[in-house]
Amino acid sequence: MEDDRRVRILIGKAGLDGHDRGAKIVARALRDAGYEVVYTGLHLTPEMIVETAIQEDVDVLGLSILSGAHNYLFPEITRLLKEMGADDIVVFGGGIIPRDDIPGLINNGVKAIFQPGTPTGEIIDWVKDNIKPRDL
Amino acid sequence: MENDKRKITKVREEKAAWEERYKDFQKVDVDLTTVSGMEVPPLSTPCDLDGSNYLRDLGFPGSYPFTRGIYDSMYHGKLWTMRQFAGFGTPRDTNKRFKFLLEQGQTGLSTAFDMPTLMGYDCDHERAKGEVGKEGVSVSSLADMEALFDGISLDKVSTSMTINCTAIIILAMYLVVAEKQGVRWDRLDGTTQNDMLKEFIAQREWICPPRPSVKIVVDVIEFCSKYVPKWHPVSISGYHIREAGSTAVQELAFTVADGIGYVRECIERGLQVDEFGPNLSFFFNVHNDFLEEVAKFRAARRMWANIMRDRLGAENPKSWMLKTHAQTAGCSLTAQQPLNNIVRVTIQALAAVLGGTQSLHTNSMDETLSLPTEEAVTVALRTQQIIGEESGVINSIDPLGGSYLIEDLTNRIETEAHDYIRRIDELGGIIEAIDKGFPQKEIADSSYRYQQRLDNGDKVIVGVNRHTVEDETPFPTLRIDEEVAGSQMDGLREVKRRRNKRAVQQHLKSITKAAKSGENLMPYIIDAVRDYATLGEISDVFREVFGIYRDPAYY
Repeated sequence: MEDDRRVRILIGKAGLDGHDRGAKIVARALRDAGYEVVYTGLHLTPEMIVETAIQEDVDVLGLSILSGAHNYLFPEITRLLKEMGADDIVVFGGGIIPRDDIPGLINNGVKAIFQPGTPTGEIIDWVKDNIKPRDL
Repeated sequence: MENDKRKITKVREEKAAWEERYKDFQKVDVDLTTVSGMEVPPLSTPCDLDGSNYLRDLGFPGSYPFTRGIYDSMYHGKLWTMRQFAGFGTPRDTNKRFKFLLEQGQTGLSTAFDMPTLMGYDCDHERAKGEVGKEGVSVSSLADMEALFDGISLDKVSTSMTINCTAIIILAMYLVVAEKQGVRWDRLDGTTQNDMLKEFIAQREWICPPRPSVKIVVDVIEFCSKYVPKWHPVSISGYHIREAGSTAVQELAFTVADGIGYVRECIERGLQVDEFGPNLSFFFNVHNDFLEEVAKFRAARRMWANIMRDRLGAENPKSWMLKTHAQTAGCSLTAQQPLNNIVRVTIQALAAVLGGTQSLHTNSMDETLSLPTEEAVTVALRTQQIIGEESGVINSIDPLGGSYLIEDLTNRIETEAHDYIRRIDELGGIIEAIDKGFPQKEIADSSYRYQQRLDNGDKVIVGVNRHTVEDETPFPTLRIDEEVAGSQMDGLREVKRRRNKRAVQQHLKSITKAAKSGENLMPYIIDAVRDYATLGEISDVFREVFGIYRDPAYY
């Protein structure tokens, strides 16, 4: 049967960073755009994020990091997804991430990084164009 | 009186006539609201202040209700303290930046700690991975605090420390550093942020649930009121509330509500309000909307004076004074065309000064990209020096006082903030309101509404949704050495090897016992850090005795 279910999205805050304004705005904008959105809340370890993503059967995982720990947390999460055989979950992110760091993150399996000032519409359009429900 | 009434009637008539003429030329796309969405009249007149009373509502600087400033001579007695927030990497890195800033003419220190320190984890903890020294300086034991303040006499500087759930531990370390320098505690001047209520509302770094967290805050206030009399044990902070997306009114209201919460808890503990009231201090944000911000500071002073005197029973005028630090709005800075941020910071800093702040941090232009470079920090500090020493705005105290619009905005911000306080009172006070998610949800709604107004172009951010450029040239940023974590962990291992293990275990047991019995924890923690018990070990006691708080994730 054709899978016509809605795209499910996990918005996650990994590490100790408490800046959650952006994550919450993106979660709400995606929800208002008709997606099923789960928001993790704060202070999760990479293991907890990956576990939640798998349990919640999400298609895409959006991470917000403003603590400077992005070069550790993103690769750790993509590595764990691969280890769990769930690397068909697309990972994207945003936060205070210097432009020079973006190519390294993309090489580590992150599909897109949105910088400060990105309109929510741009993120919604990106999800629309890039994310299809996974085969579960 | 009759004469005044006739005058107002006359002004009202003429204003109606002006409005007709104005409407003919008014453009439809002019947005006459503040950044917080507050309506601004196209022209203010004495009609907006009908019923006001100069002596009652404004009075004189240094006198109740302090609308025009808390000191008689304001900046003519002493310019505000220029206090740039700094901290990154190892304690030695930050110590170097501190000395650089002092050489540049900065007058107070302000310490930023990294995330593990803020959350109660040592640098070698699993949860500290990738975060050591990144968003601030890494401190795990007294050895780090000794290195951080090496060569800086603690009786010569005032030090502000942005630290909350572990404030009691960091302050204990600071007191021991002073002791080792031979500086008496009653000579120490500075501030610990130590405001846990706003953590649950906005900044979101915590260990335990709200009630035990506030109990620890009160421990610090009580201890300082007895032994560190010049210290400001808590800085009641609206800054992070605003950064989380609140309006100016919500920032003011939730901050004052937090203040009421602490005062009530201290009174419950058995303290007299005038024992600690004069040492309470505040910390506000300064956003882009210049006039709204000036009005917010003025409204804050009048509100707090009124609440402390009439509601909380303070009799000492020093308890009525709202002393505040201000910081320009990090959330207003743009990653696009970063040089423009210098202009934003200037406007905001000017608002803080005309609002009558006691100290100020100006953000650096590059802070949406990384921690600031030395050059960016210097420009930010120079911005304050130009305002204070060059521009002439300090010549007259509260120079915008008496402006019809400023007084009208001051009145309206105060009234709307009082409405919020009433709603919080009805919920049973600020801790209950936080338990119910009330301030958190109000802020999330405002933040989302503001984003929508940006997305649909109602509100303009230059370089982001108007006057944009393609392909910007890369901007130099500060990189934190990845070696920091390794060298910090080596240092901690060395500290643990050398210290008296048995003494540390004994101290941790004493803290556990005191935590269970409800005693003031401060004296036990001072003894423990003196023997190099670590921040993580003491935080583990909090986690074990008081439990860990989980985020209800309202959005």
